[in-house]
Parts: sequence; structure tokens; C-alpha cells
Amino acid sequence: MRTYHQLTDPDRSGLLDQIGAQRKRVAERLAGVRRIVTVMSGKGGVGKSYVTAHLARALARGGWGVGVLDADLNGPTIPGLLQAPPTAQPPAVGLDGVKCISMGQFLDAGAPLSFTGPAAESFVWRGAMEASALREFLGDVEWGTLDVLLVDLPPGMQRYIELCDILGNPPAVLTVTIPTPESRDAVRRAMRAAVDRGSELLGIVENMVGREFVGTAAQDLAEEFATPVLARIPWHPTPETWSQLAAQL
Amino acid sequence: MKFLCVECDQQMAFAQRELPGDGTLAATFKCPKCGRVVAMLTNPMETQLVSSLGVEIGGRTVPAEPFEMLRANVVTGGPAWSGDAQERLARVPSFVRGMVKKIYADYARERGITEITPAIMDNARSELGLEGM
Repeated sequence: MRTYHQLTDPDRSGLLDQIGAQRKRVAERLAGVRRIVTVMSGKGGVGKSYVTAHLARALARGGWGVGVLDADLNGPTIPGLLQAPPTAQPPAVGLDGVKCISMGQFLDAGAPLSFTGPAAESFVWRGAMEASALREFLGDVEWGTLDVLLVDLPPGMQRYIELCDILGNPPAVLTVTIPTPESRDAVRRAMRAAVDRGSELLGIVENMVGREFVGTAAQDLAEEFATPVLARIPWHPTPETWSQLAAQL
Repeated sequence: MKFLCVECDQQMAFAQRELPGDGTLAATFKCPKCGRVVAMLTNPMETQLVSSLGVEIGGRTVPAEPFEMLRANVVTGGPAWSGDAQERLARVPSFVRGMVKKIYADYARERGITEITPAIMDNARSELGLEGM
């Protein structure tokens, strides 16, 4: 009996072609985006979204065309940080002219992300649904011309891997950590995964420096991965703090 | 996924797709040589998995709309909002926007209104005494 790859007749469903068309749509939509930078840590609570939003605003104030894709589908915060109003057709435009797309624009206020579909064993399809949501964020937003699209990743590495698969090429990575050794150890795993995938490491931002958080996470990781520490962000940063970070990208 | 008519050693061709509305899917495939037809039946979980990928068994008949998967599958608690209505809602101060949105959504839901437009918002303001919202 012949096997799958030996059956070569045209397939009316064309599922692979449909997937190919999705990828092409993403590539065409992002053709006007000069660079995609993911902001990641692999760990929650280090201030990725906060850093992303303020970095985006600083870049925009410097004259860059900036978009932010909020890839934290279950905990979207970017529209709030950028004070971006909901719009019928994304992207929304927030402070300093930063464009953004977020699941927050699709959900009722305070409502969790929930999909229609069979509730039992939803783990089977929910991951695919979230990956498709990310694909639509990339392929269906009319960004226009952007100098940079910042992708704010959630904790963990799953969304980064999906992003790599959808884009076809691993995006550059800006790493955020807090100073503690616990953060360093968690972020190290994420950076290792990014290196293994072939992403360029742009550098490390150490956030929430001072006060209770003690350690040398950024310096340790910088030496280990031969990448610079771009900024140490204090608890109460000024616009100048963000401008200095923006100037290094 | 492909289907082979073992007897004829022929790849079966997609013939028809049916969505009964209970979350399941039925797709039939026909052998081009002997005419034998088989049906592939998927349970709701399997159907959802295919749907999650943004593809359609049997091929697409119309081009994909922007945010097609999200708009079809993300659960929202109330009626749809027209673009104009969303713009108007966005002008409401953020600290009361959620409450105001709920008032309009409840108004629409109680009257069987599926889409909130500026006209619907005007009617609600008038009927409910919500001047300024």
C-alpha cells in the first residue's frame, strides 16, 4: 500500500497551501517593518511590558515609527500602558504615536481570554488557537511602515517558539531581568533557548534595580552570553532613562 | 490527511463537507476510479483543532477576513460594537468606560439588539437617562 508522500494527486482541501498562504500573508504584511524585536525574559514579574511600552515611546519620541504587538494573550497590558483606545480596525494608536495590537482590544473589560469550543480537554486545541491569534496579530494588522515592531512576550518560551515558526526567521531578542539570582537562573534558560533557535541577542535590560532586589543577574548573563547590559532601570525611571536605552538600539 | 482506496490504489478526492452545527464535521471523499465514497467524521475536539489552525477542510471558498479566527472564536460577553460606537465609547473616561460599556451591552441584550451603533447608544441614553455617557 502506498504511503502519504507517495500520494501526489492535487488535494482540494490544500491544507498545506492554506498554511502557506497564511505565512505569505504575514510576510507581506510585515514587509514594511524594518526590524522585529522580541522583549522576553522567560520569567514573569520582571516588567517586560513596562519596559516594552516605555522603550517604544522613547523610540517614537526619537522619530522612529514604532509598533507594539502584545503577545501576552492572557494578560494583555500594553493598551493600558500606552493609553491606546479600542478601535474597530487595529492597530490602535497610543501615547507618542505608538501603534499597538493586543488581545485586550478584543476582550470585554476584565474578562479572561476564552474561546468558543468544547470545554472538555480544551488543552488539545487551545495552544493552536493562541498560535493562530498570534498569526492574525502579525498578518492582519495594517502597520504601514515601521522602523521597529516590538513584540512583548509573556512569561515562558512557548510564544517565542510560535513566533519563530510563524515568521520563519528567529527575531532579535531584548532580554529583561531583575537583579536577583532567581531571575538570572530563569532568564538564562530563555536566553539559551533563543540562542539555540538562532536569535540575535541585542542585550540585557536590568529592571527594578535597587531596594529589595539585590544581585548581579544582568552582569552575570552578559558575561555568559557575550551580550551587553544596555540599561539598569531604577524604580522610578525618568524619560531620560528610556531615551538612553532607546539610543542603544 | 489523505485517503487511499486500497482496492483501486487510487487517492480519493474530496467531495463534500458538512457542518451539522453540533461541533462535529463530516467530510466525504470519493474514489475517482470505482466511485466508492467514505466519510470522515470528526468529534467536536478534532473539529476545533482544525478550526484553530485557520484552515478549512475542502478548501477556502472566500478569502480570509482580517482577524477572522479571533472574531469567530473569542468569547465576548455582549453584542457587537460598530466602529463608530467603539470610537464613541473610547471617548468615555477610562475609569468608567467598563461600567458604561456594560450598561449599553445590558440595554442591547435585553432588547435582542445584536450590534450597538451610535443610534442605539442615543436611544439608551434617552431611555435610561444617561446624558453625558
